[in-house]
Amino acid sequence: MSLQIANKTFTSRLFIGTGKFSSARVMKEAILASGTQLVTVALKRVTPGDANDDLLQHLPAGEITLMPNTSGARTAKEAIFAARLAREALHTGWVKLEIHPDPRYLLPDPVETLAATEVLAREGFTVLPYVQADPVLCKRLEEAGAATVMPLGAPIGTNRGLRTRDMLEIIIEQSNVPVIIDAGIGAPSHAAAALEMGADAVLVNTAIAVAGDPVAMAHAFKLAVEAGRAAVEARLGETHHLAGATSPLTGFLD
Amino acid sequence: MFHDTIRHHSWDDVKRRLASLTLNDAIDALARPHRTVEDFLALVAPAATPLLEEMARASRRLTLERFGNTIQLYIPLYLSNACANACVYCGFNSHNRFRRVTLTLDEIKAESAVIAAWGFRHVLLVSGEAPARTPAAYYESAIRALRDTFSHIAIEVQPLERDEYAQLAGAGLDCVCVYQETYNEQRYPLYHPRGRKADYAYRLETPERAASAGVQKLGIGALLGLEDWRVDSFFTALHLKYLERVHWRGKYSVSLPRLRPHAGGFMPNDPISDREMVQLICAYRLLDQEVEISISTRESRTFRDHVMLLGATSMSAGSSTEPGGYANQRNGLEQFAINDDRPPREMVEAIRARGYEPVWKDWDAWMA
Repeated sequence: MSLQIANKTFTSRLFIGTGKFSSARVMKEAILASGTQLVTVALKRVTPGDANDDLLQHLPAGEITLMPNTSGARTAKEAIFAARLAREALHTGWVKLEIHPDPRYLLPDPVETLAATEVLAREGFTVLPYVQADPVLCKRLEEAGAATVMPLGAPIGTNRGLRTRDMLEIIIEQSNVPVIIDAGIGAPSHAAAALEMGADAVLVNTAIAVAGDPVAMAHAFKLAVEAGRAAVEARLGETHHLAGATSPLTGFLD
Repeated sequence: MFHDTIRHHSWDDVKRRLASLTLNDAIDALARPHRTVEDFLALVAPAATPLLEEMARASRRLTLERFGNTIQLYIPLYLSNACANACVYCGFNSHNRFRRVTLTLDEIKAESAVIAAWGFRHVLLVSGEAPARTPAAYYESAIRALRDTFSHIAIEVQPLERDEYAQLAGAGLDCVCVYQETYNEQRYPLYHPRGRKADYAYRLETPERAASAGVQKLGIGALLGLEDWRVDSFFTALHLKYLERVHWRGKYSVSLPRLRPHAGGFMPNDPISDREMVQLICAYRLLDQEVEISISTRESRTFRDHVMLLGATSMSAGSSTEPGGYANQRNGLEQFAINDDRPPREMVEAIRARGYEPVWKDWDAWMA
């Protein structure tokens, strides 16, 4: 089953970040190997409107949606400005909202993110906000008009996996918009686990970009995401903590 | 203020602790999941030397995780060599007799056209410290003139007042670099006998003034070799951690300029070797995964080509330390001699050859 976000349909549930690659060529090959249909690019890294921009030039055109992100913004005001700039120069109303005033762990600011989502959604943007794994915040973003929510699995770039699992489960249970797990996914097994949990998609960057062989790793993530999604569609068996009793305790009542 | 914090640490005491630290202390420090400034001290101690390869591997892993396979490129633009200070180790020393040049706005634009054509989008504006010749208003007009050309503008000029930093931040300034040179408060006056720079505390608190005025990024460092480089680096680490806690929205950069002994020049008290430089780069990275580590063209090409693999994240290229030196070669007015004189194009090739992506732009005007 495909994934619908705003007016677009995705058959791949793996989204890719474009930072940290050893070259634009390796990035392009990894994107192609991943089978992704959506890549995100940091606005601060590119010169929108510059036909010679190395990064933009290497993003495969055509079926892949290019989603600018506001990485580097510290306030709603900066992020809104960046999103408007991107719409102008890159001709897209899609924006991954990243507002992190803390440059060390790059943790998202919930107050500013909600404020920016309200403004941008009202202006017709397709807003995908990167947030803490906070179920109440995710509901508030949904009400504000976010197209998806993108809660983090672990601090960005750490490759630690689904450390926020308990909160992610609540978010997935409650959400009426797609849930994309972003940040912290360090291995294909983490991505598979995220999909098995019921996440609609994952966004991966560091784990692919700094792998020994980024192109092969992108392929490994493709397989893991497909496997995780296939498992959901095949309906996973429940896990049981107790063995089933062979002689039921209530059998005497029959 | 950091001056209050630093008072709790005595220079001589740090020096004694350095001598008593053992290889086992360094092994323990390396094994910890999160390291403190005390662990940093164990890692820069002489006893840690046998651990260098392990430190380099751990530093590389942390750097790759955070920065990926990238090296940020920037270039200094020297605005003026006029200086009212008399720093005993510096070519701009006001006692030195040579023609002092302060670029006009047109000359600044001519310089910027040359370096922008090379590809640079991150620029570091440098000048001597002569407030009469180059007051805050001078930098403000330079920043305004360059704002559309560059996505990241830093300054390395005289320390300014808080409201002056606010004025420059409003004009588009992104980063302030100010190096304490030495954190040895007792010995500091020997090297800085005159001018505003003689005021140790005023210089020390400059990053705090800039941060509180809204400047986003701060660069700090010590001039390595002036005093015991290990002790100075410990205090730099302490300064970094203090700033990160107090001004938590700020981004930070550490530079490692070193004094080398050379004939006729100022002789460093404690010259730092290549091996020790690597030890220090790794120790900074092991202390702080996020900090930018900047290595300038003072270093040799061989050294720079190797340290980009193990912790350095930012490098200048094609630098001239002479005001007007990009548009016109005047010769003989430089602050210090360039060691790695590769043109930017060659530097880019060297970075690519190591499997890294040279990054020209990683900042934007809307972030200021």
